[in-house]
Amino acid sequence: MSTSTKNKAAPSGAADFRDVTTAHTPFRTGSFVLRVAIAVIVIDFAWIVAKNENFGWPIVARYFLDPTVLSGLYVSLGLTVIAMILGVALGLVIAIARMSDDRLASSFASLFIWFFRGTPLLVQLIVWYNLSTLFPQLSIAIPFGPTLASWDTNSVITPMIAAIVGLALNEAAYMAEIIRGGLISVDRGQAETAQAFGMTKGRALWRIIIPQAMRSIVPPTGNQLISMIKATSIVSVIAMADLLYSVQSIYNRTFEIIPMLMVAVIWYLLITSVLNIGQSYIEAYYGRSDRRNGATAAKPAAAIEEVSH
Amino acid sequence: MTAVSSPSDANTKPLVQARNVHKSFDQLEVLKGIDLDIMPGEVVAVLGPSGSGKSTFLRCINHLEDIQQGYIEVDGEQIGYRVKNDRLEKLSQNGIARQRRKIGMVFQQFNLYPHMTVLQNIIEAPVGVHRESRKDAIENAKRLLERVGLSEKANAYPRQLSGGQQQRVAIARALAIKPKLMLFDEPTSALDPELVGEVLATMRDLAKQGLTMIVVTHEISFAREAADRVVFMDGGVIVEQGKPQDVIGNPQHPRTQAFLSRFL
Repeated sequence: MSTSTKNKAAPSGAADFRDVTTAHTPFRTGSFVLRVAIAVIVIDFAWIVAKNENFGWPIVARYFLDPTVLSGLYVSLGLTVIAMILGVALGLVIAIARMSDDRLASSFASLFIWFFRGTPLLVQLIVWYNLSTLFPQLSIAIPFGPTLASWDTNSVITPMIAAIVGLALNEAAYMAEIIRGGLISVDRGQAETAQAFGMTKGRALWRIIIPQAMRSIVPPTGNQLISMIKATSIVSVIAMADLLYSVQSIYNRTFEIIPMLMVAVIWYLLITSVLNIGQSYIEAYYGRSDRRNGATAAKPAAAIEEVSH
Repeated sequence: MTAVSSPSDANTKPLVQARNVHKSFDQLEVLKGIDLDIMPGEVVAVLGPSGSGKSTFLRCINHLEDIQQGYIEVDGEQIGYRVKNDRLEKLSQNGIARQRRKIGMVFQQFNLYPHMTVLQNIIEAPVGVHRESRKDAIENAKRLLERVGLSEKANAYPRQLSGGQQQRVAIARALAIKPKLMLFDEPTSALDPELVGEVLATMRDLAKQGLTMIVVTHEISFAREAADRVVFMDGGVIVEQGKPQDVIGNPQHPRTQAFLSRFL
């Protein structure tokens, strides 16, 4: 055995140095059988679902573009966009406050995060919706002084406002922690360099720190956005006619519960799929300075350098 | 300590004046009374073992670190403070930012902005902080890139450059704000040995052109050839200073001798 390997390694046996480009992949029977088995199970399952009349696919198709469903869809999307924008903006402010040297600002931020992450979203929404039982009147006043303006709470806090405020404040608490994590992940030397070049703190954040933090902020924010779309279905408890609420209102009439829920499920999946695609583009944008992604841009410069040598 | 004649005439005011500077991190006192004057156009190399406080002192000059006692002045302004109604008060963050705008700095780890191209790195402060027009800033940046020999890298990202190239870009970036004073914090310590030369060559070039420079370094040969004065620090104090040929060629203090003997 040992003598034969010795012979192969000898310079005279050069023919035995087989180049890997000549290698072929052998047929792996076990793997093939497993793949066939999985394929059969998947096809069978799909067939069962498609054939099962209880899913009511014709009804799904009929109601998929129903005006009630579409208006519910607009409400869900609108709520998601508005609550997310407000949540991210407020979350950024709270993240910066949390990291501030100012004790007052950082404790206020911690308190905010502690409260809104620590209580269920459902409870928060119901409290906002029922705010008038706590404060029948909302007024602008000088503290301990005269009232300047006053409104009836029920006329200010409509279901729409309660839903936006509830979702946005809850989202802000989570986004604050995500953004803080992103800001911390940026090398300390970057903030110091911006400082040394005479940048104000705001400018350093906006131009130097946040663009670098985005790489670690975007993926969890995508998660949050998808959670938010689904969280909007909770607002149906405060009589907001979102996507879930509108399919419910239809099946309360027609008793086609599963088909109508399938309509909602397919819409939710469609939206999240579109968002996933958007997220991958945003990630590619913030990762553009990586050698891997930037390699094509750098090539012409490198080529010129080689020529000039 | 010996008084050192400056390269410019005796009547000019020092650009940097430090008096009795003390700095502590919690209980650890790293600077124990530093006095130093630096004349306009002077190139000062600060040598010393690690932990001697030389980098900390450099960072105090542009107030990246605050000091607990003493006085630091750059170009006639006390750094980090101002006098109002005959009382000394701390400057606001924005006030300190304004003072830093005439001081360029080059870091050991280069600290280029990784999300920006080389050109964007250089024009960031001129356009965003010094309110130069974009067009002028780009023209000036291209001139500076030519000076450090990296014209063809204007559109590359820092990650695509070698360490030596990154540090030369960092030098160009610091020069772009037209500083009155340049601080170099161990600019070659993070470089592979074969890349040190190109950065030192760039710095020698700047020294010849009359830029005021304070260079914290371990490069004895650079200190000997390019510096007007060598300052040797150890244990938070200036142990010895003078002309390079005196301090490096004929050190008087035993600690300087011990430190330099390791480089022979």
